[in-house]
Amino acid sequence: MSDIAIRVKKIIVDKLGVDEAEVTNEASFTNDLGADSLDTVELIMEFEKEFNISIPDEQAETITTVGQAVAYLEEHAK
Amino acid sequence: MQTKRIVVTGIGALTPIGNNVETYWNNLINGVSGADMITQFDASKFKTRFACEIKGFDPTEFMDRKEARKLDRFAQIALVASDQAVLDAGITKENVDHDRVGVIFASGIGGLTTFTEEVTNFVHGDGTPRFNPFFIPKMILDIAAGQISMKHGFRGPNYAVVSACASSTNAIISAMDNLKLGKADIIITGGSEAVIGIAGMGGFNAMKAMSERNDDPKTASRPYDKDRDGFIMGEASGVLVLEELEHAIRRGAKIYCEVVGGGATADAYHLTAPHPEGLGARNVMNAALRDAGMQANEIDYINTHGTSTPLGDIAEAKAITEVFGEHAYHLNISATKSMTGHCLGAAGVIEAIACIQTVIHDIIPPTINHFTDDPDLDPRLNFTFNKAQKRVVNAALSNTFGFGGHNACVIVKKYKA
Repeated sequence: MSDIAIRVKKIIVDKLGVDEAEVTNEASFTNDLGADSLDTVELIMEFEKEFNISIPDEQAETITTVGQAVAYLEEHAK
Repeated sequence: MQTKRIVVTGIGALTPIGNNVETYWNNLINGVSGADMITQFDASKFKTRFACEIKGFDPTEFMDRKEARKLDRFAQIALVASDQAVLDAGITKENVDHDRVGVIFASGIGGLTTFTEEVTNFVHGDGTPRFNPFFIPKMILDIAAGQISMKHGFRGPNYAVVSACASSTNAIISAMDNLKLGKADIIITGGSEAVIGIAGMGGFNAMKAMSERNDDPKTASRPYDKDRDGFIMGEASGVLVLEELEHAIRRGAKIYCEVVGGGATADAYHLTAPHPEGLGARNVMNAALRDAGMQANEIDYINTHGTSTPLGDIAEAKAITEVFGEHAYHLNISATKSMTGHCLGAAGVIEAIACIQTVIHDIIPPTINHFTDDPDLDPRLNFTFNKAQKRVVNAALSNTFGFGGHNACVIVKKYKA
């Protein structure tokens, strides 16, 4: 697992209060990890803070699974 | 018009002197002060550095961390106190129609600490708005009512009531009125306040409303003492389960007492100062007595607003002598804020709970910290100074007054079939 993937999963475990084992690449924030619409907004904000980037809304809307978040951040994080 | 009778069937409380009703009551009758130095933030540069905080409250003992994070402290304590009350009342999915259970719940201010933190983060940033999506639903003061309904599935009338420091008394009256009109069978009511933070303390300090007796916090709240110098900030949540009598009897609920009347008036005089003759206070006690269909001489105990401010205490005492006449001298009067501090929007309900306990136990909690008589107060009034007194209490009255000139008063009575 990349350093970015580790940090992403840590944030998800912390904010959504889920077990690390549940945070697989395929897991959907809303369907599998119990997030509601406000939780997902908060997750995106936490990613922005952790990686010091700004994720545009239209991009943020396409990030719905753990794997998508990791892939996006691996591409864009400084 | 013969209206329905309303009774109390459940009680819950988190207070500066006890995190359940039993501990709260025992400490009230034992004259325990809840004041101490502030632990929730660094108050070293503040004029007042002490308050009546709730002790040893860890929200994660009652809810998971994820849930706790989405709740301001005022809503966390509201949920815990309401859980106690609902459990105490024995409400279950089987014995109560949840469409007929409402929540009418007060706060004077709401999530002020959440507001402060979010705005502070913004100001310390580069101007990019990064507000947390839970900022607004954590802060708004009606969220306590909403959260309680979601936790238990109560789908009846649901809203918040606000009248500053009279808020939770107004909530109780509103709940009682809804039940009398048949709009619900049960209403969870009361209030919650937790603003011991930079904005809460700084704001009230700026008004010169609070005591600055930092060298002796435990004796700072001294209602009716000559040397009182302002109120002591407190935080609390108190909850009553009010229920229509026939409904309570049908499901075999235990009945603590009857809530017989409430009154609400305005001073229409000043932002923060009470009417010097206690006009609004006099009117509100008369209104509550009328609503209850009672004579003044039927009241045994008054839990006063009594915040330990120089003007407020005198105006209320004057109003009592005018409303009760000769009977004023036979009443027991006490200001339990001498022990709990002033819990603002939760003050009314925790003092209503004190009144309910006097009706149940026939003991009057004291006004502690009395050292020197105030020559401006009628010495014939019995303020129950320093020690609890035994007395049969058939009916007790609780006053609360809020900035803005709001006055609210509620009367509870021993339940007789």
